[in-house]
Amino acid sequence: MSSNLYEGSIPPAIFHDNQVFSHTISVIVDNEAGVLARVVGLFSGRGYNIESLTVSEIDKNSQLSRINLVTSGTTQILEQIKAQLGRLVPVHNVIDLTSKGPSVSRELALVRVDVKDDLIDELFKISRIFTCKIVGLDKNSYVFEIIGKTARIDAFIELVSQIGSCEISRTGIVAISISRDS
Amino acid sequence: MTEDNLHSIEEELNGAQIVLKALQEQSVQVLFGYPGGAVLPIYDQIFKQNYVKHILVRHEQGAVHAAEGYARSTGKVGVVLVTSGPGATNAVTGLTDALMDSVPLVCLTGQVPTHLIGNDAFQEADTVGITRPCTKHNYLVKDVNDLSRVLHEAFYVARSGRPGPVVVDLPKDVVMDKGAYTTAPRGINRQRHKTYNPVTIPDRKKIDVAVDLFLEAKKPLFYTGGGVINSGPKASKTLTKLVDETGFPITSTLMGLGSYPSSSENWLGMVGMHGTYEANMAMHDCDLMINIGARFDDRVTGNLKLFSPNSKKIHIDIDASSINKNVIVDLPILGDASVALDDILDSWFKKSKLKNRSNLDSWWKKISKWKSKDCLKFSQVDQVIKPQFAIKRLYELTKDMETFITTEVGQHQMWAAQFYRFDKPNRWMTSGGLGTMGYGLPAALGVQLGNPGGLVIDIAGEASILMNIQELSTIVQYRLPVKLFIVNNQYMGMVRQWQELLHGGRYSESYTDSLPDFVKLAEAYGMKGMRVEKAENVDEAIVEMISTKGPVILDVVVDQKENCFPMIPSGAGHNQMLLGPEDKSQQPVSEEGMVLV
Repeated sequence: MSSNLYEGSIPPAIFHDNQVFSHTISVIVDNEAGVLARVVGLFSGRGYNIESLTVSEIDKNSQLSRINLVTSGTTQILEQIKAQLGRLVPVHNVIDLTSKGPSVSRELALVRVDVKDDLIDELFKISRIFTCKIVGLDKNSYVFEIIGKTARIDAFIELVSQIGSCEISRTGIVAISISRDS
Repeated sequence: MTEDNLHSIEEELNGAQIVLKALQEQSVQVLFGYPGGAVLPIYDQIFKQNYVKHILVRHEQGAVHAAEGYARSTGKVGVVLVTSGPGATNAVTGLTDALMDSVPLVCLTGQVPTHLIGNDAFQEADTVGITRPCTKHNYLVKDVNDLSRVLHEAFYVARSGRPGPVVVDLPKDVVMDKGAYTTAPRGINRQRHKTYNPVTIPDRKKIDVAVDLFLEAKKPLFYTGGGVINSGPKASKTLTKLVDETGFPITSTLMGLGSYPSSSENWLGMVGMHGTYEANMAMHDCDLMINIGARFDDRVTGNLKLFSPNSKKIHIDIDASSINKNVIVDLPILGDASVALDDILDSWFKKSKLKNRSNLDSWWKKISKWKSKDCLKFSQVDQVIKPQFAIKRLYELTKDMETFITTEVGQHQMWAAQFYRFDKPNRWMTSGGLGTMGYGLPAALGVQLGNPGGLVIDIAGEASILMNIQELSTIVQYRLPVKLFIVNNQYMGMVRQWQELLHGGRYSESYTDSLPDFVKLAEAYGMKGMRVEKAENVDEAIVEMISTKGPVILDVVVDQKENCFPMIPSGAGHNQMLLGPEDKSQQPVSEEGMVLV
């Protein structure tokens, strides 16, 4: 009988593992006043990490918003986060994109690089490699738009910051599962 | 189907009328409150009706605790009405208390008119902001046409799933505007909400697996909590039947007392820091722990690293976030305790016919050895009253009555839990999770309002009771025959005990000088005051107290230095209990333990 003891739930051994994982979680909520404060307050009040957070309305008619967040913790903490999110009254659905299967995530960054004339070619070379657009420019200042995974944006910023001083504005990630929710 | 046609629109009323009509539709008979500028229109409406009885408290914290006492003793939702600003902030302690102990409340708070919100107006506070982390949910109503829907939803949220407090913040213009009243969802929609629909029916497959574990277990133990009581009286009945059928031993948390009759053979007493030796040793040594509606609170588990190392653990809870939060379990079952208990009993009847169960004789033998330690023994030798003796006598002299006990927080609370025995649910109201001194007096008045014929006793400490002593005035105004049994040692006893055990006996600020004369205090409020100082007079005093028709303060002057044992010191495990003062030098509290509360 012990063979089916852990059927349908996470076995204790996995909970006892102290390894820290980063998970992307989407929370579908009613777009009402204070809902973001509830989610953020839950994280700060219980001492969980938020590495990235994005919020936007996704359905005007039914007034739904999607909160995408990246958080990290042990399996026990991650399960606790999902359970805590799930019991907030305005929450429709909590989707752990990391454990649920294939998903895609993207982030957009605007990076202004202030650069001296002799390094402009170098800057453009990098921007071509990363296929980013120039969306604004001033004398010796270029604003690049880059879209991609977090790691790709990190890499771009690291390279261009060696060329000139940068000001960075990032959206945080948005993510979605590649197959229809079961 | 959209949300709108779940309700039927009835008529146009002003906001205050809508509030009162919604309360009536939700069968609210008692409302605890305190008026103020922002809620004047609601109070005007209260004046014009007779259905809802308003109880005027003397402080908003008292209103919330009174509503908690009412809710916990009746199983109904407790309702509170306070004004904006300080009215709302004074309610915060009570709301937090209700959140921690899963008490269903709806608290209506006044608010400045919508056009002044954010302007630092007179008596303005960001009530939804302040109460967000200390409520199950809260609402700010900005349109009178949302008001009735929100109120009905607030009651639904407060009582559904794991119960809790809900705040509805009501700007003054909203309660004066005219708008449509809609009735609460009826029939099949009553228990359906667009987002909040807690799982109540457990997975039957898991129940069957649980019962297989029951049959295999050689050292099983039920560990039950407040969830069984919150699930309703039927859950307690089914639990009692299940324990009788299985023959397993059972222990309960502080919040779970009364869900299983303490006079029964299988009862091991309370578990936890001041629980019995047998209950804690059984928790440590069991091979199957069946947690129903408890949350592995730190007062129960002690040091998690040493917690019940060799048991399989089943955890039945209606709140998914309680499962695997503190203790990792083998078999989590999400659902309502009452339904789960029914299913387990059903499965047990089927499976126990087909399969042999383990013999529990050696387990019970072990338990009786622990029981024989008689861990609650104390010696009442001379005339100085031992607090345990006072509470034990109170129990003996009131156990055959319809008694309801509330407590404050501290040593007296633990002694009450140890020496007052409960055979029924909803008879024991104490602040468990938050540990709120000042809970018991207002809670007792709420209990009395919900149970007019009951004998309601607040077993209090002299320090705690002073925190909401103003509610004596409320008790007298409504002629509530509440008895206040003050176990008076002139110390904040639990603070003093910890200072003795952990801080070298440096009793920093734990002695209360200049205490009031409680007899005169009672008389000043217009109630009877009594004092007892000798052990031989305790019975007589208790009999006089309970035979007095009106409210009474009985000031029981007890031994100042008595400590509450047994005790699991901070940072220790269940098998490292201190049984009495003679034990204390053996195990100095670890540094790790010192940090814990």
